[in-house]
Amino acid sequence: MTTPILRVRDIDKTFTMHLQGGQRLPVLRGLAFEVRPGECVALGGSSGAGKSSILKMVYGNYAVDRGSIALRGPDGAVDIASAGPRDILAARRDVMGYVSQFLRCVPRVGALQIVAEPLTGRGVPADEARDRAADLLTRLSIPERLWGLPPATFSGGEQQRVNIARGFAVPLPLLLLDEPTASLDDRNRDVVIELIRAKRAEGTALLGIFHDTEVRKAVADRVVDVEAFAAAA
Amino acid sequence: MTADLPLLEVRGAGHRYGARWGCRDIDLDLWPGEVLAVVGESGSGKSTLLGTLSQRLSLTEGTIRYSAAGGEILDLAKLRESEVRALWRSEWGFVHQDAADGLRMHVSAGGNVGEPLMATGWRHYGNIRATAAQWLERVEIPADRIDDPPVTFSGGMRQRLQIARNLVVSPRLVFMDEPTSGLDVSVQARLLDLVRSLVADLGLAVIIVTHDLAVARLISHRTLVMKDGNVVESGLTDRVLDDPQGPYTQLLVSSILQG
Amino acid sequence: MSTDLTGYNIAYLDEQTKRMLRRALLKAVAIPGFQVPFASREVPMPRGWGTGGVQVTAAIIGTGDTLKVIDQGADDTTNAVSIRQFFAAVAHASTTTRTSEATVIQTRHRIPETPLTEGQTIVYQVPMPEPLRFLEPRETETRRLHALADYGLMYVKLYEDIARYGHIAQTYSYPVMVAGRYLMSPSPIPSFDNPKMHQSPALQLFGAGREKRIYAIPPYTDVESLGFEDYPFEPQTFDDPCAICGSTGVYLDEVITDDKGGSMFVCSDTDHCEHAAGQAEVTR
Repeated sequence: MTTPILRVRDIDKTFTMHLQGGQRLPVLRGLAFEVRPGECVALGGSSGAGKSSILKMVYGNYAVDRGSIALRGPDGAVDIASAGPRDILAARRDVMGYVSQFLRCVPRVGALQIVAEPLTGRGVPADEARDRAADLLTRLSIPERLWGLPPATFSGGEQQRVNIARGFAVPLPLLLLDEPTASLDDRNRDVVIELIRAKRAEGTALLGIFHDTEVRKAVADRVVDVEAFAAAA
Repeated sequence: MTADLPLLEVRGAGHRYGARWGCRDIDLDLWPGEVLAVVGESGSGKSTLLGTLSQRLSLTEGTIRYSAAGGEILDLAKLRESEVRALWRSEWGFVHQDAADGLRMHVSAGGNVGEPLMATGWRHYGNIRATAAQWLERVEIPADRIDDPPVTFSGGMRQRLQIARNLVVSPRLVFMDEPTSGLDVSVQARLLDLVRSLVADLGLAVIIVTHDLAVARLISHRTLVMKDGNVVESGLTDRVLDDPQGPYTQLLVSSILQG
Repeated sequence: MSTDLTGYNIAYLDEQTKRMLRRALLKAVAIPGFQVPFASREVPMPRGWGTGGVQVTAAIIGTGDTLKVIDQGADDTTNAVSIRQFFAAVAHASTTTRTSEATVIQTRHRIPETPLTEGQTIVYQVPMPEPLRFLEPRETETRRLHALADYGLMYVKLYEDIARYGHIAQTYSYPVMVAGRYLMSPSPIPSFDNPKMHQSPALQLFGAGREKRIYAIPPYTDVESLGFEDYPFEPQTFDDPCAICGSTGVYLDEVITDDKGGSMFVCSDTDHCEHAAGQAEVTR
């Protein structure tokens, strides 16, 4: 069996709310799981169990109290739990991508450029990046007349599709997906399922949150039950 | 790329105003191509820190080492004024909050952008003007305004002109002190986007002081949070803003107006 | 004319003052183009009428000297005449209007057409010694710019001229680099005269009385008028010869001849004009 690209061990996560008198909200205790190349792992559990927090910890966006998040990159493993900002940024550039629930809009930048940016940022020539971005936007049925416009003015569903296109544009070993189909219609949902399957077939490891059971069944190889690691409040 | 060597290495830096410390015990490393935001309320010491790092204020204690273009490591506090000025002319830029502090308000836009070139020995009018024109285009100032002085410009144009004047000599490190805070929101967005793309295209290292966390989020890789002259939290910008650890940072983040 | 005035020291100023001035002058000669501060004194004329030049002349003139004084090239204007008479009275100096006979020439706004020679000293009256003043009003900053030879600012002025007028429009006080180090204002001489400063065999001294600065160019010093590679320094030129003496290649003043707009162009250097007109007579 292939070596995992992501190995999460003994993770504890607590939020301390200093504005509420230092109230502590323990979320996870002893979280452990692995994701292998070509595998799609779904995070399961009820809302509030900490699924999104797990993705954010893996992406380096949230701090962890304890434990390790070993990510295997081209230059060996990096422990995201303890890595410094530069190593995390390098890992985001070379190893993992993240499709969040919402597109963080950059003012004045058009949709096509938003999707192409992660490619050009990694040295892909501008026209090749634009072609790939255009292809993804077409597949996700974003009409061409919108490509030059900043997505801030788009509908929620359109923004989400631009976001997915941006996340899927770059071939990276690990892709984190936070409800990628949440605000999509059936047709676009099916496109996303296809995209995920294609990624998986290419050997990309995927870790995601899929509330839609149909989607989960269609793409996930297995489910990690997050509630099993719930911290006793 | 010499990414293995920080451009700026700051250890225990502090600046004292009389009996009071403006900032103290500052440690930080800045690498080429990295954008570092320094956030905090007014009076938190962020502008003092910027002044100290850029040698506009004296270093009372600690060390600041700068890795110069030629490869040597300079101890900034030990440099002579002429050496510091040479850095300003060729390797550093400073974008002021008030454009009037960074521009010659009665000299034409072309002259403002051309001055740093002339200061570094450019003596061909045609080349100076052509380069100035390219930079005006790059910062989206219409070509026909090249002979107009910045007193006739809007606030946003003045800031863009200031940026052009700073970047024309291809500096390696640019200090920015609240560059967007005097501007309307829409003008701010345009300027930030411009800064963001220029920084990425030119591989600049930037230290930007701002009280606006949205500015930090949009353009910085890392953020330092300052309070009472000290750094109270630092790290990856999105982590500092999305999972703030300290009480002060949580307060600061929770005070952002949702727009 | 050598009216003896009792009660005055030779050359009007007391010896301590002259010593102070000479120290400043020596320093100025040692650092060509550098503005040396000095304790400017009262002299019997208003500030702005050449008090700096008068003090420098007083500090260097001796009884064996022959003094010529010109104002805009002319020996016969009120100011030139009274300064000449002043030194004749207080320094027992001989005076002349002939450039070639003078050992000391005090001038306002011109350099004589007759080439200066070794052993001659020319003293310029300077209203504003700081060439960067109108671009950078802070004295602390201009001094720093000089110290660091940071002269980009001066080129900004020239740039602005070209951008606005298509050429460098400065026709007087045209800035120069002295000995490749210090930026210097040549005083309000026409840019026509600038080339005469370069490698001049004469000693050139500059006195600014109101601004309390002395500076100097030793003989045979490089004096380069600033310019761009593609817009080099170009001194003014005149198409027509002098209407009186017929000289060409000299600096001309416009003289109004009637109240109907009539005018003619004549030499600004009266000594040169007289001399050239005399020679023309002889040839004829």
